[in-house]
Amino acid sequence: MSTDPTIHIMRSNLGRARGLGSAKTGLHHWWAQRVTAIALLPLSLYFVLTVLSLDHATRDQVAAFFAEPWNAVLYLCLIAALFYHLKLGVQVVLEDYVHTESTKVASILLVNGVIVFCALACAVSILKLAL
Amino acid sequence: MKDVREALMVGRNTEGRLVRRPVSPFMLGSAYKFQTSSLTSIMHRITSCALGVGTLLLTYWLVSAASGDGAYSIAEAILGSWFGILVLFGFTVALFYHFCNGIRHLAWDAGKGFELPDMHRSGGLVVAATAILTLAFWALAFFIW
Repeated sequence: MSTDPTIHIMRSNLGRARGLGSAKTGLHHWWAQRVTAIALLPLSLYFVLTVLSLDHATRDQVAAFFAEPWNAVLYLCLIAALFYHLKLGVQVVLEDYVHTESTKVASILLVNGVIVFCALACAVSILKLAL
Repeated sequence: MKDVREALMVGRNTEGRLVRRPVSPFMLGSAYKFQTSSLTSIMHRITSCALGVGTLLLTYWLVSAASGDGAYSIAEAILGSWFGILVLFGFTVALFYHFCNGIRHLAWDAGKGFELPDMHRSGGLVVAATAILTLAFWALAFFIW
């Protein structure tokens, strides 16, 4: 008997045995999470600075802040990147910890619904203050 | 074994003993030693969940500002109360931690900083930066503006 063949590729024995390969769409999720993370680096710094500048602000001052087009646009960018990043992240967390398939799908759908609702609520509020 | 897929849950531990493969979150159980890497990793996830809840606050703040003076003054009273400040403080800790550790993750994605000493150093740096940024933020919020 010859010795066992050595495997030089980065793949677990389990992965080899199952032979399923990639799920084909995982890369998009991974990439989108990185892209939104990079976008959120400057946007969250901007967010922190604006929150400081709006400390103790009256509603009129908040409205005046969003009436500046750059602020409204940057906040809309923040909302888009933030909620997309959140949607991707929550999905991973639920996939990791919820082991019953039906509960997993249901909870991901529910959270996605809440996230879309909140993202739209934020966007409409920003536009209402801006216009 | 009820299902043929259950066969995939059989594995061997480092001592070669047959074990049932742990399912996530296994890093909190006896199967995994607690260390800097696991602590900073689980903190990244915990802060992400905290920030997820925090986005509800952001939504509430924006909607109340768009709704009118009455709604905004209620939001101001809630967020400005001691409990509101406490929640906002936790929110800033989570935000700065996730921000700093996120940069660490992006560096790893670029293939940098994987050596164990580098990883431990960057982990400590993240914790220190979180503390400094959080304190700086609240110092500015209370004393400057």
